[in-house]
Amino acid sequence: MDINTKKLKKNAFRVTKVRGFTASRIRVPGGHMDAKYLSLLQEIAETYGNGKIHITNRQGFEIPGIPYEKMPEVNEKLQPIIEGLNINQEIPGTGYSASGTRNIIACIGNRVCPFACYDTTAFAQRIEKAVFPNDLHFKIALTGCPNDCAKVRMHDFGILGMTLPRFEPDRCVNCGACVKACRQKSVEALQTVNYRPVRNEEKCIGCGECVINCPTRAWTRSDKKYYRLTLFGRSGKRNPRLGEDFIKWADEDSIVKIILNTYDYVKHYINPQAPGGKEHIGYIVDRTGFEEYRKWALKDVVLPEIAEVSTPVYWKGVKY
Amino acid sequence: MGYQLNEEGFNAMLSELTKEYLIYAPKCYQGGNTFSDTDCIRYGEIRRAEDIVFDRKSDYSFKEVLLPVSETLFYFTEEQVKEADVPRKKGAVIFLRSCDLHAVKRLDDMYLKNGPADYYYRRLRENVKFVLMGCAVSFDNCFCGDMGSDQADNYSVSVDKKGDFYYLDCKDEAFAEILKALPHAELEVAPCHVTENKVKVNIPDHLDASIAKSTMWDEYDTRCIACGRCNFVCPTCTCFTMQDLFYSENGKVGERKRVWASCMVDGFTDVAGGGTYRRKNGERMRFKVLHKVWDYKERNGYHMCVGCGRCDDICPEYISFSNCINKLEKAMEEVSES
Repeated sequence: MDINTKKLKKNAFRVTKVRGFTASRIRVPGGHMDAKYLSLLQEIAETYGNGKIHITNRQGFEIPGIPYEKMPEVNEKLQPIIEGLNINQEIPGTGYSASGTRNIIACIGNRVCPFACYDTTAFAQRIEKAVFPNDLHFKIALTGCPNDCAKVRMHDFGILGMTLPRFEPDRCVNCGACVKACRQKSVEALQTVNYRPVRNEEKCIGCGECVINCPTRAWTRSDKKYYRLTLFGRSGKRNPRLGEDFIKWADEDSIVKIILNTYDYVKHYINPQAPGGKEHIGYIVDRTGFEEYRKWALKDVVLPEIAEVSTPVYWKGVKY
Repeated sequence: MGYQLNEEGFNAMLSELTKEYLIYAPKCYQGGNTFSDTDCIRYGEIRRAEDIVFDRKSDYSFKEVLLPVSETLFYFTEEQVKEADVPRKKGAVIFLRSCDLHAVKRLDDMYLKNGPADYYYRRLRENVKFVLMGCAVSFDNCFCGDMGSDQADNYSVSVDKKGDFYYLDCKDEAFAEILKALPHAELEVAPCHVTENKVKVNIPDHLDASIAKSTMWDEYDTRCIACGRCNFVCPTCTCFTMQDLFYSENGKVGERKRVWASCMVDGFTDVAGGGTYRRKNGERMRFKVLHKVWDYKERNGYHMCVGCGRCDDICPEYISFSNCINKLEKAMEEVSES
């Protein structure tokens, strides 16, 4: 058996512990897809694999137990899924064109969840179109609101939905629901002054609890959607750490641009000796200093006026 | 007299009306509802036909046009007081459905006939004309049929939108003059009305105060979150409370407001000395339900509830007011047995 393992990894197959057998990795940007693709996955697993499907940590699927020689056939079978999920591809029928930039994770978002401040699936799919295929090791995750069910601070880029609450005093009856919700469920950014809630703009995290709990539509959401962007969280061996705040009240366009700028930065500064050409971005930033990263990241980025950029940024975490 | 207008004609009528009136109708506030990317249908000023939402029930009623959510009554500076200017300088034309037109009677009876007329209500109620929006079908949770509010005839004009045309029945001379001057076809028009609701209610006619002892109210202690949405969307809830706002710490300058109050929300039954009645949410539900379909009628001879179903539409805990009404019969049996 003569197989180029470097090539198959980029093609989203895995070198497994079982000699002669690989596993196919299917990306599902935003973790959301038409149910009809499940039967195709079932068919691949039962025809080429060992009949099992693993649901991956990054909201994709992994089909194990596939003989290496079946990879071209599996790639052909994957084609409707790749097309159906609108995945960028270099040559149709040959499977995934890269695997370094990982599947983009998203919580269920505002298609279903009442707390979500935006359509996480749609934003995940937009980012996927902008960044894939790419061999660089980037992990991106989106969550609908500051509850952070998607645990985005564990990823290189964490995107948390925010709502800028608008208040119409003439619709307020001072029922106290917003103040109570903010105190009990969020960060206590509201306080009653003269029978009306007053919002501490510095404290407010844009969770939208005030809007959700307002019974009279005195609180509503801003037309524009905003996000908190966190950077370079990671798990792993040397220094696992949570992502730190970079921008509060960022917009969608800026976030896409910052991620693309980061690819340029990584291409420029990555350790050429990095094993497998993969290096966590955070380690690169540790080397160049945050200010250098910030310069690259914010190149040609026009942030909303209310955006707050944190600088410098320091990370904590465990060091081994 | 009936008229058929196309959209251009209808808009011409609206712009003619705006000379003397502000026009209020159910409007779509994009992204204006509780959850992200959800619209809110509520009342606002409109100028053109496309601003009016004909095909959905409004989440909030017309009530706020006559009874603002929050209204300043007067301003004070030490010993001096200035009455707040009328919030609306012109008359008003209000587009509403039959159930809501029945609700106007409740508001009027409460604010104009229940003792001396309320000054602030009266000044907003003067020079108001109603445009009845026909209901071709019943919306979700409506039970106007059983509340007798499925038809109304005390309108200035009725309007039904069918395809590209508007069909109007006019009972008001001033409106008729405007309509006659526009390109139109004359024909017989009767406003659409609901003939069948999916939701039916049965209000027992032998209700009495003993029903308060029923266990039927207990489930609402835990189900209800006392948010008050049911009251705020209700076209017939008329309760308000007062708020004195002081502009500075010297306490001599400020304003007095009255704002909507809700019998479901904490604080409604607080009294001087620290007393609070109806602490449990089930007790509040009991008070509200019986007021809507029992004791109001004892005083006024007709039910307060008009069956618009907005309380059911909006309840975040899926508590159904109509279903609660339908539990009353059994509850009466329960309390008469004991």
